[in-house]
Amino acid sequence: MSRFWGFVKKEFLHIFRDVRTMIILFGIPVAQLLLFGTVITNEIKDAHIAIYDQSKDEVTREITAKLLSSSYFVLDQYLESTEDVEAIFKKGQVKEVLIFESNFAQTLEREGKANIQVIADASDPNMGKLLAGYTSGIINDYMLKEMGELKLPMQIKPEVRMYYNESLQSVHLFVPGIMAMILMLISAMMTSISITREKELGTMEILLVSPLRPVQIILGKVAPYLALSVINAVIILLIGHFAFGVPIHGSWILLMGESILFILMALCLGILISSIANSQMVAMFISMIGLMLPTILLSGFIFPIENMPMPLQVLSNLMPPRWFIVILKNIMLKGTGLLYVWKETLILLAMAVVFTAIAVRKFKVRLE
Amino acid sequence: MIKVKNISKAYNKAEALKNISLEVKKGELFGLIGPDGAGKTTLMRILMTLLIQDEGKAEMSGFDVVRDYKKIRRLVGYMPGRFSLYQDLTVEENLEFFATVFGTSIAENYELIKDIYVQIEPFKNRLAGKLSGGMKQKLALSCALIHKPEILVLDEPTTGVDAVSRKEFWDMLKKLQNQGITILVSTPYMDEAGLCDRVALMQKGEILRIDSPARIVENYPRKLLAARSEEMYRLINDLRAWKKVETAYAFGQFAHVTPVDDAMEAVELEHYLMSKKHQKLQVFETNPGIEDVFMGLMSEYRE
Repeated sequence: MSRFWGFVKKEFLHIFRDVRTMIILFGIPVAQLLLFGTVITNEIKDAHIAIYDQSKDEVTREITAKLLSSSYFVLDQYLESTEDVEAIFKKGQVKEVLIFESNFAQTLEREGKANIQVIADASDPNMGKLLAGYTSGIINDYMLKEMGELKLPMQIKPEVRMYYNESLQSVHLFVPGIMAMILMLISAMMTSISITREKELGTMEILLVSPLRPVQIILGKVAPYLALSVINAVIILLIGHFAFGVPIHGSWILLMGESILFILMALCLGILISSIANSQMVAMFISMIGLMLPTILLSGFIFPIENMPMPLQVLSNLMPPRWFIVILKNIMLKGTGLLYVWKETLILLAMAVVFTAIAVRKFKVRLE
Repeated sequence: MIKVKNISKAYNKAEALKNISLEVKKGELFGLIGPDGAGKTTLMRILMTLLIQDEGKAEMSGFDVVRDYKKIRRLVGYMPGRFSLYQDLTVEENLEFFATVFGTSIAENYELIKDIYVQIEPFKNRLAGKLSGGMKQKLALSCALIHKPEILVLDEPTTGVDAVSRKEFWDMLKKLQNQGITILVSTPYMDEAGLCDRVALMQKGEILRIDSPARIVENYPRKLLAARSEEMYRLINDLRAWKKVETAYAFGQFAHVTPVDDAMEAVELEHYLMSKKHQKLQVFETNPGIEDVFMGLMSEYRE
């Protein structure tokens, strides 16, 4: 058995013997994926609304029925007066109130228009906007279908289609984002911790005086985590595909190839961290604060890069997950090939090479 | 085999080694003796190519410790001060790992480690972290020996180990020495100094004396008296208070006394102590041990 494989075998033994490492490696990614996939969502589902119907005629009843059958809204209660509106918002359960004016159907018939007041709870502004948007969408839809053609002499009707994610499911966006985040975090954190642990326990002293070369030590540390992270990537993709219905239109081989590239880059980043940090605590801290937060905030995973102020947009270019997420979305949702993501791939490759070079150079062959 | 010439090393501004020179011959069992902070570990790390000295030169088996560090790492076995094996690997896995790293196998060099390894072999499937202190040291020594090193460097191998295991450990070192391995060992225990061929007494980054333990004791120029009474604590205080006594300290059941004037007889000291009303007095002249020499040298050094 060569030196290198002996080292790799030892690393695997460390990993498999430590329950905590195993949990971090495999338990946390799955838990995170399930959490992010189900909890964090931009969609509306079963939002509680209240209705103050002053008219109670055929049309208002039809509109109400249409709203409630959309699965976006649940009727909390009917209100009896405008005073109730304030009170019911304060209770917190109801997010939107609809008020139909009196003689709704009659007015509509006579004058060709009638008023519905939509009051949304904007203490969560995005939610309020979404609710109002969905409500007016449904009402417009109803109007067009029921009476549009009769009343209006001329109209432009935009036909909207949401390509690559027709039903606007946010999980399609989150799975690539979470995959980038988890692979980044696990790979970088685990390698940096496993190297600093050797420093802390004094075993590094023995490794240094052995004939192992720095490259062998670094690759020996990287190899097991590369293998395990690839398994991780597959698990994430499978859960995303089968549990959340995220499509994978592009080639699996390309997807895995890009993932391996990204994992390698993250592993080298981990080694780089370990050359700065002297204890497991510091290594973990740097990985968490230095990698996880920027990954979540600046990679376009949750907040669109286009909306960021200029300096942050420039900064986001330095975030490896940013490019990986673009690649993932392209391959998974659009089904594009390497031809469309070669630029991002090159950027990741360059980052991997730079990190490896620095890691090998910065590796100390002595104690100081 | 080991040559150290005018080595100095400072951490920031604290001087750890001040112009140290020594030489260890092939096949010698050489001891670095001194209290904590004497610079023993720093010197060993420089020799093990783990630290770079600020000044001076050092050679291991003819190789320069800075320039030829890769060659040295192949032919030296090293056991650092604290237990530095993988606690989550078993005894056998640890040994196997170090064998592979040095490009050899347990079977190949079994002969060399046999005497030591048979004692821990019954526990070969136990995790190294679960071994007792003495066993850990035996395993660490086995791992340091697995590649048949020419030179063995051991940093305080017996610290924190029980008396029986300590004796066994030194017996093993003697056996290894007989197989032609040059051994450099450090210890804070004076009684272990006598087991080395030659020792260097170190204190605060300087070497006070290098010689065989016997010669160091022989060449001690001062007279030494031993005294004891029923009240040892008062006895030592009384001794220290007397202007004719230079130093007095507890040594086992006795107080060892170095008089200012080497011509002082035991009788004179006894008379003084009788005047202080000490009961059951015993006072006699004694031969200095290495600890006495070291204490003497240390106090000389302070002045």
